[in-house]
Amino acid sequence: MPIARRSVLEGMLAAAASSFVPLPGRAQEATILTRPIPASGEVIPVIGLGSWITFNVGNDPVLMDECASVMAAFFTAGGRLIDCSPMYGSSQTAIGYGLAKLGMPKPLFSAEKVWTSGPDGPGQIERSRQFWGVPRFDLVQVHNLIDWQENLKTLMDMKSAGTLRYVGITTSEERRHDLLEEIMRTQPIDFVQLTYNVVDREPEQRLLPLAGDRGIAVIVNRPFQQGALTRRLRNESLPSWAAEIGVSTWAQFILKHIISHPAVTVAIPATTSVDHVRENLDAGRGVQMDAGMRARMASYVQDL
Amino acid sequence: MAEWWSYRPEDMLLFSPRVYWRMFELHNAAVWPLHLLTVTAGLGAVLLALGRAHGTARWVAFILAILWVFVGWSFLWLRYSTINWAIDYLAPLFLLQAGLLVIAGILPHALVFDRRHGVAGWNGLAMAITALFLYPLLALAFNWRQAEVFGIAPDPTAIGTLGLLLMTRGAFRLVLLPIPALWCLVSGLTLWTMEEPTAWLPIAAVIVTLATYMLPTGRKS
Ligand SMILES: NC(=O)c1ccc[n+]([C@@H]2O[C@H](COP(=O)([O-])OP(=O)(O)OC[C@H]3O[C@@H](n4cnc5c(N)ncnc54)[C@H](OP(=O)(O)O)[C@@H]3O)[C@@H](O)[C@H]2O)c1
Repeated sequence: MPIARRSVLEGMLAAAASSFVPLPGRAQEATILTRPIPASGEVIPVIGLGSWITFNVGNDPVLMDECASVMAAFFTAGGRLIDCSPMYGSSQTAIGYGLAKLGMPKPLFSAEKVWTSGPDGPGQIERSRQFWGVPRFDLVQVHNLIDWQENLKTLMDMKSAGTLRYVGITTSEERRHDLLEEIMRTQPIDFVQLTYNVVDREPEQRLLPLAGDRGIAVIVNRPFQQGALTRRLRNESLPSWAAEIGVSTWAQFILKHIISHPAVTVAIPATTSVDHVRENLDAGRGVQMDAGMRARMASYVQDL
Repeated sequence: MAEWWSYRPEDMLLFSPRVYWRMFELHNAAVWPLHLLTVTAGLGAVLLALGRAHGTARWVAFILAILWVFVGWSFLWLRYSTINWAIDYLAPLFLLQAGLLVIAGILPHALVFDRRHGVAGWNGLAMAITALFLYPLLALAFNWRQAEVFGIAPDPTAIGTLGLLLMTRGAFRLVLLPIPALWCLVSGLTLWTMEEPTAWLPIAAVIVTLATYMLPTGRKS
């Protein structure tokens, strides 16, 4: 990051900190469902927040504040895990800005990635940490399996040294699932991140059961296929039994299906909208689906 | 960043169209009224090219050099690179292009105006006019605050540069064409991935430049 831009961003962080807005108290609503991280037993809410594209707003002050509002709504509704990567442009800065503006919300569960090949891993993670303004990350994942041996070693070393709590690895491509499976079988990772939703169901075959067996927490990315799925379903009607399962929109239908899988720990939809973030977190409240209902949901969408 | 092959064009699009276009809005507001100066400079360059007076091509090169430094630093480096890390690698090319233009201006006969009214000259003029006038006019149809202006935004600057270069001849021209053409390709691909209707403009500029250069008379110096 060039000096000039870094100082622009630092200026914005200082501005954010000085305009600190405390979060409003939690509203009286059903608490959001949580799942344990098998490695520790620590529980986290089943809906998190992604930041790919949605939080990459450069140094646009209006949009930085919009991101902060989405984060505020996320924490107020009971969310904890925010996912980012050095690959996501200025999303790290936007998150740092939002966290500073909200007075570093205590519930935050920070999930970052390392995205480099070669020896720069520790340096990159440290730069990411400064962008977020956190003392250490809860989770760092090897992004898209890049240089995974070297990067996993870096993360394991950090975990042993106490500068990192959990180690993970990610992909969003089905054709990398064989390698992902091998890593899940052989490496002592705490988290795996992959794509899974009502139409991309390949992980049900091997990866999700394997995660359950090996005690690996699962983060589900691209729940809405980057918005393509919600756009496709927009003009279709929800099933008549939607109200019974407590969903009022397609986004909630999709999320409910994902988080009801017993091996899934958290789904991380990204959004630029305060209304959407609330809607998404609401999918984490109320009843959970059993296997039969999940199959019914999937076949309903398939038949559309 | 290993395994570039594993990325699709959509994966490379790190930002939304809204963020992209607001970037021009913020930049225009930040540098106004420099637009008047850069467009006047562009017009001056076109008039010099049309006048074709001996020894004046170097002034066109110097004008363009200043604009490439300005656009590369103020737009690419300070703004665009905050939402697109790939720009970190492209911004230095703008500086390189400026350096090449300065060299072309200093070296005797590196760049001279074409004395004939050939196809190349007309194509070049059409591209320069597109860059100077069509781009701001197009913005009126969308949102004038987000206008891409010659000498301020990279696309019209690159297209205008290609146009002006097509109006010249000289061996050095070959050295000056690749960077603006590369930029037009990258930007055209970005706009195309965003499904923007103007994506064809920078792509067309590259095709016209290549076609003109391939013409039997296009390369002669
Ligand atoms: N390899 C990797 O590690 C990897 C790869 C891909 C993704 N990820 C992570 O996973 C996260 C999620 O994936 P994604 O961002 O690609 O896609 P996504 O979450 O499936 O979809 C995001 C899109 O859905 C829309 N949306 C969100 N909530 C909605 C709602 N309630 N109703 C209607 N539309 C809604 C958003 O638009 P609005 O802004 O209008 O709400 C946004 O355009 C990423 O942000 C990233 O953190 C990681």
